[in-house]
Amino acid sequence: MFKEAEIRTFIEGTTNYFETSAQQSATVGSPYLVTDGKPGAYEYTGVIGITGARKGVVYFTAPRGMLTVLLMRMQETDTSDENIKDLVGEVANTISGNARRDFGKNFVISVPVVIAHDLDKVTTPHSRSFVIPINWRTHSAKLVVCLE
Amino acid sequence: MDTAVRPKASLKLMIVDDSNIIRRRIERSQQIARLEVVGAASNGRAAVEMFLRTQPDVVTMDLTMPEMDGIECVEELIAINSNVLILVVSALADKATAVEAIEKGANGFLCKPFTDRQLNDALEELLSEA
Repeated sequence: MFKEAEIRTFIEGTTNYFETSAQQSATVGSPYLVTDGKPGAYEYTGVIGITGARKGVVYFTAPRGMLTVLLMRMQETDTSDENIKDLVGEVANTISGNARRDFGKNFVISVPVVIAHDLDKVTTPHSRSFVIPINWRTHSAKLVVCLE
Repeated sequence: MDTAVRPKASLKLMIVDDSNIIRRRIERSQQIARLEVVGAASNGRAAVEMFLRTQPDVVTMDLTMPEMDGIECVEELIAINSNVLILVVSALADKATAVEAIEKGANGFLCKPFTDRQLNDALEELLSEA
């Protein structure tokens, strides 16, 4: 069972990502527990499979507008769909990889799987997920953590 | 001739990362005058092929990649040329992974996400070993 206290690791990873990559802080809303297996998604989602000592998924999901501005803040001029998908996967990968600082090497992460333009394909392996709401500039996104 | 075009002290840099935006970011952000980017690869297997072809002096290396991961790639590159300088650039933030990469032959470790300054400081530190 995923401990509620462990959510702090992912909150710190999320805020650190925006502060460092975009040089602009994001605010994180109160994390909440979803028990119906439907934590929700935006237009682009980067999914990281977790194996090893913990099992499940971590995904970062965001609308195109947010990801476009984030790319521009990173001085990336190519805001094509390919780069948007690359970015959403990279955000998920970075936050999940950073979690190993607390969870250790046996928190094994996959390469990102990106789901775009198909919200129904974004699923979780268990009914219980923690959702971390993210607000950055005028945009909203979510980090979803679904671990055994 | 290649050496006639490049400054005498210049070193060849290869960038390895499965993310196109990270590859472009490193190429754009690195400000070390001595470094000239000679190639970029999106996985370990492609990196080994490019390494043999371009013979870089310095490599930035992601760890979590498809086909061949970064740790295995570090081992292969070191087996080809033990003098290459490798900076691991990865999100994997646990100490054990950094230690493993160094043991396999990497010379430095930069954790993602990173600022331009952190990237350049890490490259400068790496080159101080050259």
